[in-house]
Amino acid sequence: MAKTIEEINEKIKAGKAVVVTAEEIIDLVKQKGTKKAAQEVDVVTTGTFSPMCSSGAYFNIGHTKPRIKLGGGRAYLNDVPAYTGFAATDILIGANALPDDDPRNRVHPGEFNYGGGHVIEELVSGKDIRLVATAYGTDCYPRKKLETWINIRDLNQAVLFNLRNAYQNYNVAVNLSDRTIYTYMGVLKPDLGNINYSSAGQLSPLLNDPYYKTIGIGTKIFLGGGIGFVAWQGTQHAPNVLRSDNGVPRRGAGTLAVIGDLKQMKPRWLIGTSMLGYGCTITVGIGVPIPILSEEILKYTAVSDEDIFAPVVDYSGAYPQMKSDILGEVSYAQLKSGMITIQGKEVPTASLSSYPRAVEIANLLKEWILSGKFQLTKPVAPLPGVESGITFKPLKERPIED
Amino acid sequence: MVVSKRIVLHFPRRVVERPIVYRLVKDYDLEFNILKAFFTPEEEGLMVLELSGEQTDYDKGINYLTKAGVRIQSLSQDVIRNEERCTHCGACVTICPTGAFELDPLTRRINFYNEKCVACVLCIKACPPRAMEVHF
Ligand code: SF4
Ligand code: SF4
Repeated sequence: MAKTIEEINEKIKAGKAVVVTAEEIIDLVKQKGTKKAAQEVDVVTTGTFSPMCSSGAYFNIGHTKPRIKLGGGRAYLNDVPAYTGFAATDILIGANALPDDDPRNRVHPGEFNYGGGHVIEELVSGKDIRLVATAYGTDCYPRKKLETWINIRDLNQAVLFNLRNAYQNYNVAVNLSDRTIYTYMGVLKPDLGNINYSSAGQLSPLLNDPYYKTIGIGTKIFLGGGIGFVAWQGTQHAPNVLRSDNGVPRRGAGTLAVIGDLKQMKPRWLIGTSMLGYGCTITVGIGVPIPILSEEILKYTAVSDEDIFAPVVDYSGAYPQMKSDILGEVSYAQLKSGMITIQGKEVPTASLSSYPRAVEIANLLKEWILSGKFQLTKPVAPLPGVESGITFKPLKERPIED
Repeated sequence: MVVSKRIVLHFPRRVVERPIVYRLVKDYDLEFNILKAFFTPEEEGLMVLELSGEQTDYDKGINYLTKAGVRIQSLSQDVIRNEERCTHCGACVTICPTGAFELDPLTRRINFYNEKCVACVLCIKACPPRAMEVHF
């Protein structure tokens, strides 16, 4: 029965492809079994919508008259510092960047109302952004100061380039201490007051392709409401973790680096985000289509929340101290029930990742494919898999002695 | 007829020091329960109050407050959700002390029942996309 991506694309062009979401496939497999479902279904669409810190964008703003060399100078977008370590008119902004005068955590917990993620959201919304830059001046680039409004439509290039997105599984956060803590996993109340998690579970891209059999470098995806590509494995990509019998990692594992034209993205899918007491970030929408090339691949996509487990980690102790202790493992089905018993205590759960929006992404991608406007790509190279031996190493500090 | 209402009082700077709430008890025979009181960064005093008593006394009390320069808002108008910005993630569900947010187990969307809200403002900064807004 094995299909090829070319065959699936022919069906998409002919308007005959059968596409279902990673949520719909679960019931379909229950009704029809994997063999029949694998024959019928051509593509399963996944989705995730979650704060993803290692995200950013770069721009080419065009040359000024007279010319200015931003490279090696300083540049600010709405007071948020941008990186100027490139050539004359290329700048990059990261989602976590903060204005120099942001009070940060001086009054704890800091609010972090506006940062790089918000700049990206406003740019995508078509709002004018204030660029203020200084440079040192050279014979060929004499200008030293620039203050101007810029708008995404006038930029030569505006590219979203995220170093690490779409984490394959993630920690579940709790707080065992006696005071409220403010983390990138949200506000955690004392004495196991709440549990926060952040994964779309059964809809999440890499949980539906646990061994990266179809998702690879060059895979075309839904990114921020537009079209993007998997550029590389994401930073911290760690395929070698504890896995269940179904192949699904029980710890944070694979990640994706993704890239796409920011000009065609939408602010609904790139939202500037503030984590109280932690910092600014951006909530990113990603959807990945999985071609059903075999029954095995289909089986992976039929995974459901009951069969995906994540570690519960204390963010007041084990996490900051880099200890590997966990309080146990829970399934996403348990997490999504709203209440979990941990250490004999009933603890309410909350999500940082939006499941309704993940469903919306998977459905949008499905519509795009059904309408023929989105065809699948064959990866040009695979992501490093379990056999690569790659693990996520801590920093080995070597103190610098004078 | 006895009424009991939750209201938000906004005190301009000049009336903050006067014993306004005390007079509600003494002159108008009203009972109160302060749910929350704080100053905004603009130094306006803000108090969330549950006020109960006879309807006629209640009306007189409110009249007195208004004359004293206090602005009164019914509670439910104060904290609203910007529906455009809410992603239905759910981060607010365990933050709200009164259970004003509820997860719909079917759609997995988060319902906001603002009649349960006591305007404690805890959710305002805990909402990652900042979809919850206080309107003074
Ligand atoms: S935390 Fe904010 S965005 Fe998330 S569900 Fe609550 S109100 Fe909506
Ligand atoms: S202001 Fe307080 S009571 Fe009202 S919804 Fe937010 S957290 Fe709940």
